[in-house]
Amino acid sequence: MQAELVDIRNHMAQYPPFDEMTEELLDRVVGDIEVVYFKAGSQILELGDPSSWLFYVRSGAVEIYRRTGELYNRISEGEVFGQFGLLMNRKVRFPAKALEDVLLYKIPYDTFQYLWENDDNFADFVEIEDRSRLRSAVSRREKSNQLMTSKVTRLISREPVSAPHTVRLQEAARIMTEHGVSALLLMDEEGEKPLLKGIITDRDLRTRALSEALASETPISEIMSEGLITIRSNMFIFEAMLTMLHNNVHHLPVMDRDEVRGVIALSDIVKYESQSSLYLVSNIYHQQDVKGLKKISLDVRDSFVRMVNEDANSHMIGSAMAGIGRSFTQRLLTLGEEKLGPPPVPYCFMALGSMARDEQLVVTDQDNAMILDDSFVPEEHDEYFLALAKFVSDGLAECGYTYCTGDIMATNQKWRQPLRVWKDYFTDWIDNPKAEALLNSNIFFDLDGIYGETDFAEQLKTLVADKASNSQRFLAMLARNALNRTPPIGFFRTFVLEEDGKHQKTFNLKRRGTAPLSDLIRVHALACGSRAQNSFERLKAIGNTKLLLEDDLGNLRDALEFISIVRIRHQALAIEAGRQPDNNVRPEDLSPFERSHLKDAFQVVSGAQKFLKFRYHATVARNV
Amino acid sequence: MSSEEQAGNSVTRLPWPDQFEALAEQSKSPILRAFYESGCVSPETPMSEVPFVALDFETTGLDASQHSIVSIGLVPFTLDGIQLGKARHWIVRPKLPLHQTSITIHGITHSDIDQAPDMKDILKDLFASLNGRIPVVHYRNIERSFFDAALRWRLGEGIRFPLIDTMAIEAHLHPDRNPSRWQRLLGKKPVSIRLADSRLRYGLPHYAAHNALIDAVATAELLQAQVLHHFSRKTRIGDLWL
Repeated sequence: MQAELVDIRNHMAQYPPFDEMTEELLDRVVGDIEVVYFKAGSQILELGDPSSWLFYVRSGAVEIYRRTGELYNRISEGEVFGQFGLLMNRKVRFPAKALEDVLLYKIPYDTFQYLWENDDNFADFVEIEDRSRLRSAVSRREKSNQLMTSKVTRLISREPVSAPHTVRLQEAARIMTEHGVSALLLMDEEGEKPLLKGIITDRDLRTRALSEALASETPISEIMSEGLITIRSNMFIFEAMLTMLHNNVHHLPVMDRDEVRGVIALSDIVKYESQSSLYLVSNIYHQQDVKGLKKISLDVRDSFVRMVNEDANSHMIGSAMAGIGRSFTQRLLTLGEEKLGPPPVPYCFMALGSMARDEQLVVTDQDNAMILDDSFVPEEHDEYFLALAKFVSDGLAECGYTYCTGDIMATNQKWRQPLRVWKDYFTDWIDNPKAEALLNSNIFFDLDGIYGETDFAEQLKTLVADKASNSQRFLAMLARNALNRTPPIGFFRTFVLEEDGKHQKTFNLKRRGTAPLSDLIRVHALACGSRAQNSFERLKAIGNTKLLLEDDLGNLRDALEFISIVRIRHQALAIEAGRQPDNNVRPEDLSPFERSHLKDAFQVVSGAQKFLKFRYHATVARNV
Repeated sequence: MSSEEQAGNSVTRLPWPDQFEALAEQSKSPILRAFYESGCVSPETPMSEVPFVALDFETTGLDASQHSIVSIGLVPFTLDGIQLGKARHWIVRPKLPLHQTSITIHGITHSDIDQAPDMKDILKDLFASLNGRIPVVHYRNIERSFFDAALRWRLGEGIRFPLIDTMAIEAHLHPDRNPSRWQRLLGKKPVSIRLADSRLRYGLPHYAAHNALIDAVATAELLQAQVLHHFSRKTRIGDLWL
């Protein structure tokens, strides 16, 4: 800096975070500044523009807006703005407008980055501000997007109202009137625990009883609906809505395993009102052929990018994308059954891997399998199921879910088997664990029934939960496999880079980040006997058992969220730029904020792997 | 009238870019030849695309034939940014003794002057910042005439260049700045077009220090403000330069 510019330096030295900066550093900053004037009322930053400067207000005042156009903050002399875009994805997140004539000092990104790395006070200053903005972004999101973030239990306002399924018509009507409900659950109370048998609604009473002039003494079991569609209590409201849309029902019993927690009605959901990206999903169910599905699959990426831009967290995005994938699969199965006729024996279509974990993103292949009823006779029935599996698998490939390179698909006869064979598979994997075999079957330990007799999948989950926690050898072997992929971090917190296909030095955020994390979380979850599939849910389950310290759990959760969201943003940026999204990230494409926190997150993964090795006596496998 | 002067006159009537080309051929000083060869933007160039350099001289007085330059400040800029990192400031030794009053204004002392180089020693550095840029000054009679005189003295050859004068712009904006006696009786105040006063009209901050560099920065800021308030980023430079 030229000494004659001391006026400029002295002005900045009065205000944080520059007030605690050394003279040398501040001189350097002043030497990098560009000064610019804006007239009152003119736009300084437009939403989505590339962000390359930190702005210091020398004189005048600036207004900062939310993307919605709502006023967020007013910045005046001596204050800075623009750091949010620099810290995150180098795009303007908060538009700015000159309220008065303003003179701004623009501090370039490189200088910002240098300060951020070399001056802790500066880093704290811009980040704390940033965090409070993030927090406000989150609370805003929760307001606008409750459908996506809230669990169905939020909608349950009362204990379920039920009656034995043996009651008479009039008695049922009396109970409903007394409790003021529009639906009555009917229970089979003969067993040890009451079981949900059926449901009767206001509408049923009108259409099936009154209009038919049934006698008031008619047993309710004659007109109740059976084979109920239910939802699990940990599902999001938007999933409940999809279930209703899909099955054309207006009431859904909410289940905690076998127990009824309550009933939610479509009207409960409508109160939450939405204009969100559910439109896409409901659209999936309206498609009449693969061609139609393929056409709307083009919108999946837009919907992904939209969620990223709405600051959704990785859990939401992962489950929304998995929900979309599930909807495609379900619709294809329905279309397949229409084409091939009803299935000769009951079956369950099962999602595996990231879809089962609710951690799907846009770049994904299909991993699926079929569990057939034990009455299955290969010679008689398999032709049908092979045809159905092929129809679904080809359809998914058309919609952008590429074929699984490891052939883990229902089209593979090995993964299209009766329930008892599946039980044998799992029993063998757990009782006679072999490292290499387990490496290939790892993916089956993330499973979810998505169509048909989903109870089959639940039985497998129960078997795994019961058996795995008791098999130290199995856990040791699984842990050993979970140590194969290490985070890309070397001595002195440097990134360890690999060359990607385009000869660029990158590291892979999936292979070396989210995958090792979900692998090790799976081991702990199985050791705890948890039935959860989603990594965050698994962490919660692990937390209930004291297997890990509360601090370690928190660190794992943060690390998973951070690596996932960086990966998600990386893919969204690629999509917006018209490039093919992937998992390979060049360190220079990250903001200093992301780089430093990624290193912390990888450090957490590394520490957690050490603990895993120690806890399960796992020695690292060679040659795998 | 000699033939050389006739040639000179015909050159000065040319548009600036052509004038630069002609002067590059005529000039005998390598420094000036390089200056002209680096060219001059076309008069059609929008203001937003012109590379400028704000220039300020502190002098021992107002008459270029009697007084000399004491210090030079400059900063390259465009309408999008004034690049403080490229700002330069020199104190140079005047050929005439320093007048007492200018000491108090500039804060430059005799001992500063004694150690200062002669202007010819800094010409190379100075022109490195000027070449290819349009100078912006506040009150052109100082910079234009003192620069020309200083170069004639040292290189045996003067200099011609287009410039933007922020004071001339203010003068143009306030043609009735000096109220008549009647108006003054009615309480109308004169409008000052001095640098510090002009800046106040645009909400630009006050600078406590007074030196050639901070004045150059102040002039650059003033031009940015003037363009945004009274002209536009698309205004042709040919409409504003003198």
